[in-house]
Amino acid sequence: MLKRLLLRLISIAITLLGVSIVVFVAVRLVPGNPVAMMLGPGATAEDAAALEALLGLDKSILVQYWIWLTNVVQGDFGTSISLRQDVLTLVLGRLPATLELAFLALVFAALLGGMLAVTGTIRRGGWTENGIDLWNGLTLSTPDFLWGLFLILVFGVWLQIAGISGRISPQLDLPFTTQFYLIESVLRLRFDLTANLIGHMWMPALALALPLSAMIGQLLKQSLKETMHLDYVTLARAKGFTENQVIWREAMRNALAPTLTLTAVQFTHLIGGTVIVERLFSYGGLGNLAIDAVINRDLPLIQGIVLVFAVIFVLINLAVDLLYAVLNPRLRHG
Amino acid sequence: MDEALRTSPRATPWRLWLSGGWLTLFFGVALLAPWIAPHDPLYQDLFLQRLPPFWIDGAETGHPLGTDSLGRDVASRLMHGASVAATVALIAGLATCLLGSVLGLLAGFYRGWVDQVISRIVDIWMSFPPVLFAILLVAVIGTGLTSVIVAIIVIDWTRFTRVVRAETMAQARMDYTEAAHVAGMSRFATLMREILPNVAPVILSVLTLQMGIAIVVEAILSFVNLSVSTDDPTWGGMIAEGRVSIHQAWWVLIFPMIALFLTVLSFTQFGDALRNRFDPVLR
Amino acid sequence: MSAYLEITGLNAVLRGTRTRVLRDVSLSVSKGQVHGLVGESGAGKSMIGKAILGVLPRAIEVASGRISLGGQDLGVLPLRERLRVIGSQTAVIPQDPLTALNPSRRIGPQMTDRLTRTLGWQKTRANHRALDLLEEVAIRDPERVLHSYPHELSGGMRQRVLIAAAFAAEPKLIVADEPTTALDVTVQKQILKMIADMQTRHGTTMLFVTHDLGVVARVCQSVSILHSGMVMEEADIRTMLTAPAHPYTAALLAATPRYTDPEASLVPVSDTVLAGVAEAIRASDTLWGRA
Repeated sequence: MLKRLLLRLISIAITLLGVSIVVFVAVRLVPGNPVAMMLGPGATAEDAAALEALLGLDKSILVQYWIWLTNVVQGDFGTSISLRQDVLTLVLGRLPATLELAFLALVFAALLGGMLAVTGTIRRGGWTENGIDLWNGLTLSTPDFLWGLFLILVFGVWLQIAGISGRISPQLDLPFTTQFYLIESVLRLRFDLTANLIGHMWMPALALALPLSAMIGQLLKQSLKETMHLDYVTLARAKGFTENQVIWREAMRNALAPTLTLTAVQFTHLIGGTVIVERLFSYGGLGNLAIDAVINRDLPLIQGIVLVFAVIFVLINLAVDLLYAVLNPRLRHG
Repeated sequence: MDEALRTSPRATPWRLWLSGGWLTLFFGVALLAPWIAPHDPLYQDLFLQRLPPFWIDGAETGHPLGTDSLGRDVASRLMHGASVAATVALIAGLATCLLGSVLGLLAGFYRGWVDQVISRIVDIWMSFPPVLFAILLVAVIGTGLTSVIVAIIVIDWTRFTRVVRAETMAQARMDYTEAAHVAGMSRFATLMREILPNVAPVILSVLTLQMGIAIVVEAILSFVNLSVSTDDPTWGGMIAEGRVSIHQAWWVLIFPMIALFLTVLSFTQFGDALRNRFDPVLR
Repeated sequence: MSAYLEITGLNAVLRGTRTRVLRDVSLSVSKGQVHGLVGESGAGKSMIGKAILGVLPRAIEVASGRISLGGQDLGVLPLRERLRVIGSQTAVIPQDPLTALNPSRRIGPQMTDRLTRTLGWQKTRANHRALDLLEEVAIRDPERVLHSYPHELSGGMRQRVLIAAAFAAEPKLIVADEPTTALDVTVQKQILKMIADMQTRHGTTMLFVTHDLGVVARVCQSVSILHSGMVMEEADIRTMLTAPAHPYTAALLAATPRYTDPEASLVPVSDTVLAGVAEAIRASDTLWGRA
């Protein structure tokens, strides 16, 4: 177990190093002079030379990479060109909004997918299951971007029961000291604010959740159905358990492992999806910031955001491995 | 999409026919757009702003799907948008497929350090959120249709590599592959004659999936204004514009949405159905 | 002595068809007795146990007939009630100890969940009960076994755990479904003796499904011989062994290996006998077809 963990950590380090090289190279490939871009018009040649020396741009590319990497490791991601602020501060200020949205979407996906899977398992072999299969097929082929537009159209425009932009109503007085609004509102027992936040978040979260919910529903249903005619499940039925009890107590745990792995892998896709869905709903998270950064060609900021996303992705994959080991007793002892 | 998520191999010919039918229509319109589109997609008629589609009062007969906020014909823009989408789907899809499949075949068949290197790069690539990666790339190499296609290839080759590598490894373990080897067939000939034909159905189904994804990525990039120039009609651009005028003219938004939805859905379903039909193992 | 388990005219069919897998099965087992269900594989012997417990595979359904436990007709009970009766009055000793335990749950809760869930016992009381029973089946370190996962125990240990679990709730009826078939020959006898001893001590009525007439002779008081889901003969054990009424029973007896006379054993069932069996099945199916 310890050896596995160690190997994983080494492989993570290598991956992150690779990511940093890709980001570094990609940004260096940009045509145009970054110094001129940072200084803006009206700067003298001396200014440019001074800044170049400050940034280490007069040195070789390897040395530049080394300087950049040591800075990044120390948390110095540079200064945003368009917003004139420290990149790390900007990124960390927006990250909580994205994380809250992603986790709410994950909860939606798990609930919805689990419900579809259990219902499909109980009603297996009938029209209900066929209907669920059809729904999953449609949902799976529809990207989060289209779901977002669809929800905006139906709930925001035609039914007009939901606002379609922002994270929280701007006129509200916010007592928050952190950026984790949703969590903090619950901890402070300000459920009025929680309701307002959820009111803004449920549509983008649902748009992100729907494709994943179909995947969860489909795979979990398949695993459950395979488990349902194993001997120990039959034995549990003979103990007088109802179909529901049998599913939850006996079948679920063994059926869950493949679904959890898939969910975790797909969760990174979901987080990737926040970029466009946040834009769609004008939700003030990291993804929206990223698109602004790209439009403004704010390269330090883009670098910072991509790196933060990569670190999150890698951490999620690590968490999956650990979770898998915990869930599977045979692996834990093996 | 995961292997386990494929729909059951129960033969559903109507899936093949429906999706195949829509795709034929899509490619047909894409090809013939300059001749069959009723109007110039760029022509602005400020006297005919936001005309509704034909079943709503106030519609003009010349504009069956209405006009947008600049008075441009929605139907014509939709048709020309299909051309852009089809170009991206074909070129980006095929190029991605070629690059990714070759790498996957090499990694899965030769194993060893080749596999180590390729798999490591795939790992690194998988650590980037694809949409953000695409936006970053387009920002780096500049906007335009070529950039969009290049970005899709650079990002999505891993999808093929992962699947093809796994499938190749499975095939390489089969008895007939070993038999070919024992019979004196060279390694390369074994790869081409014994393995590739058996991996092909998988490649084909990922290819159709990838074409759908390419169209969505193009739409997303157009939506954030990073694809082809703003004037050119694209589905993503129409969606972006429709999103702005959503309260005044919802039809500007909904028609490109439906077109995008049906096309993506058809690509995935078509690949799936095709595979069920031609995969010797599943059949 | 009154009958505890009574089955009359039980017919089971492939769902949605008239094709029978159980043909007009009737049998009764007196309280505290062990009744053997004997037949070749595919004779429907396990199916009868599954029908009683209501765990038939989805493709098979009961078409007609009556199953009663202690005079209570199961067919007339609403689902919840039926599950409660089955859960509290019956138990199973399954065939394969490797697959009958949930790999991701510890032994303890798997042994006691019938007690805590269906019968509403306190957890500590249920645990004490489980420990007592594990000692009864001669498991040396019961405390440790309760906290183990199935893969940490040997096959023989798991089967003993399953036997202990079956007796845990003092069920009125235990269905033992070929409980020794999947085990090593060396432990088969030991497990068989253990089941017989436990049955005598607890006075449980038992339905013993097996293909081995030797096993039947050792543990059962009465027996039903099955072929193609049809009862060929129901008799007490002495009658069956000494004066079998049905030629098929006699043929099965002749086919059973005997240590005293190895030459005479392993005679295959003759074609004439099989033709007779087929005739009986045809006659029954004709009646069923008319019904």
